[in-house]
Amino acid sequence: MNTIIKTLITATAFFGLSVGIANAAGGETKELKHHHWTFAGITGAYDKESVQRGFQVYREVCSACHSLDYVAFRHLGQKGGPFYMEKCPEGFPSTQDCRQPIANPIIKALAAEYEIEDGPDDGGDMFMRPGLPADYMPGPYANVQQAAAANGGAIPPDFSLIAKARHHGPDYIYSLLTGYEDPPETITIAEGTYYNPYFPGDSTSLLKPEYVDDEGHVLEGVKVPYGGVLKMKAPLSDEIVDYADEETPETVEQYSEDVTNFLMWAAEPKLESRKRMGMISMIYLFIFAGIVYWSYKQIWSDVDH
Amino acid sequence: MSHESTYVPGSAIERWLDKRLPIIRLGYDSFGDFPTPKNLNYWYTFGGILSVCLVIQIVTGIILAMHYTPHVDYAFESVEHIMRDVNYGDIMRYAHANGASMFFIAVYLHMFRGLYYGSYKDPREMLWIIGVVIFILMMATAFMGYVLPWGQMSYWGATVITSLFSAIPLIGDSLKTLLWGGYSVDNPTLNRFYALHYLLPFLIAGAVILHIWALHIPGNANPTGVEVKSKKDTLPFHPYYTVKDGFAIVVFFILFAAFLFYMPNSLGHPDNYIPANPLVTPEHIVPEWYFLPFYAMLRAIDFNFLFISSKLGGVIVMFSSLIILFFLPWLDRSKVRSHRYRSTAAKLWFVLFVADCVFLGWLGGQVAEQPFILFSQLATAFYFIYLLVILPLLGLMETPKELPKSISEDVLSNTKKKAAISATPEPVAQPAE
Repeated sequence: MNTIIKTLITATAFFGLSVGIANAAGGETKELKHHHWTFAGITGAYDKESVQRGFQVYREVCSACHSLDYVAFRHLGQKGGPFYMEKCPEGFPSTQDCRQPIANPIIKALAAEYEIEDGPDDGGDMFMRPGLPADYMPGPYANVQQAAAANGGAIPPDFSLIAKARHHGPDYIYSLLTGYEDPPETITIAEGTYYNPYFPGDSTSLLKPEYVDDEGHVLEGVKVPYGGVLKMKAPLSDEIVDYADEETPETVEQYSEDVTNFLMWAAEPKLESRKRMGMISMIYLFIFAGIVYWSYKQIWSDVDH
Repeated sequence: MSHESTYVPGSAIERWLDKRLPIIRLGYDSFGDFPTPKNLNYWYTFGGILSVCLVIQIVTGIILAMHYTPHVDYAFESVEHIMRDVNYGDIMRYAHANGASMFFIAVYLHMFRGLYYGSYKDPREMLWIIGVVIFILMMATAFMGYVLPWGQMSYWGATVITSLFSAIPLIGDSLKTLLWGGYSVDNPTLNRFYALHYLLPFLIAGAVILHIWALHIPGNANPTGVEVKSKKDTLPFHPYYTVKDGFAIVVFFILFAAFLFYMPNSLGHPDNYIPANPLVTPEHIVPEWYFLPFYAMLRAIDFNFLFISSKLGGVIVMFSSLIILFFLPWLDRSKVRSHRYRSTAAKLWFVLFVADCVFLGWLGGQVAEQPFILFSQLATAFYFIYLLVILPLLGLMETPKELPKSISEDVLSNTKKKAAISATPEPVAQPAE
């Protein structure tokens, strides 16, 4: 018994020590901003208008550097997508089913705005044609080498899954986009890099020499700034994208929220149908559990147990 | 089967079949009339839950295999194709990925239940040993399955774990090359992992049949650890345990559905949504949660011991932690099976052992730095000390409590106790009228 207590005390002591050490380490990022997302929670659904605006932000700003390889135009028009149509607008033939992305006029028009390489034709040559709903979104670069060359060696990540490929993806994207600030006094940053307290990195190596001793240790009392530097400069600024709807503010915060909604949709296009199915399954399972429990009580009622 | 068959073919076709292939008799004797101790609690429902888990994994897995492409250039894309374009593909994949976690939750509880009630003791050693074989097969299957989406964690997890084999003296490097099908984790690795990931579940299914066979020879153990003495101690499996297991399975499904529908990515790692890139190493390479205790033991050995390098030492310790389980029936020297009749010390040590396993799991998810390495070393040491020293010594030193004469006596005394409590007149506040 004594040994158990001793073990427990030692373990607790060590645990306390470990927490202390963790707090002192550099390379931390600022705590993410916790935004309320409409897609969160068990009945969560996308804010369609926000996803539409987010697509506009992606198209006019992000898509200059970031591809969206796994998203086709038709995805935008399928159920749960931002341009899904329950029924065709006035003036369309009754035979047309606009619920099908391939017949959705917005999707058709959108796809046609892009030039897609196709071929080879009968003469063996590749040719350009207007996009179709079935086409995938063309990326900004021909290959990763070109992407790296255009961005100072950093390859802009594909955006199809970005909202799931980072811890707390949506909050992270939102925090990063709204979190650019001037670098703290204590660090120097190289040209072509930009400081962001939410970007994972270790700014210890960026500390000015006066804050570091001869062996490279951080001087006592000096706080290593949060986050790190990245090669993307703040992509959004107020009024950079012109929203058709007059009421939505054209601010960095609003753009960030909209584009985060869009990227979450791009990463998880079936979220709504999944959650709906979850609700039905849960109701079914709870009722079924009740029935089975009642049967169990019935069947076992004649047993001494 | 250990009990006499009571099956009576009810129709002409059943009589005809029974003479030629008594398969209905087998089913009836095994899952219909099979005499089962009447005092099994909910901890004994995990066997049934686990069979359901296996079936779910096989069914969802076969459907996924129809749409998946095991090639380094297409694997990641084909998974996204499943997620975006295959009807209910997202549900299938999330069910398969979270199903693996559910499978491990159930198997760990099933094993701890065996440990607590001494289910592995004479005459059920074979039952336990086959169970450990199934557990190891499950781990191999799950590991290879995690590689298939070919994300960053898939690739780097595969690299780290397969590289461990190179620590084995003499044959290590050849073994690693054989596993990889070349000189690095690449397309041949993915192909063979896919083939084996498809094969192993059927070996598990075979081992499960042996496991149930080995269960049905001596019959179920039970929480008292007292063997079945008479017919009064048992109930036919159906409907008594089909309905009890059934209820437990439905409750388990609620947990499963909560993960599947509402937090399908919470048990996975975000990095696995980044396509595998041999040129970029993730900051922290961590395996799936169910491997973390073993990962902690692997990393705990950061020192060379005599001619054993730290790497080989880690591999030895990690594999020993599994191999040792085979010997559990003989390490446990207790005169009684169930902890219910063992000393308080034995119970406390058992609780500490469970806590130690959970602690190891937590440590496996931390960075390989002090003080976590020291904790891992202590926790690993305790894991082995419990199984190799404490468990045998406790059995030799302790005086167990008196066992009930039979299962029904135990059940009846519990009922009486309950009746006595409820019979006590409770002070009921009388409304003043």
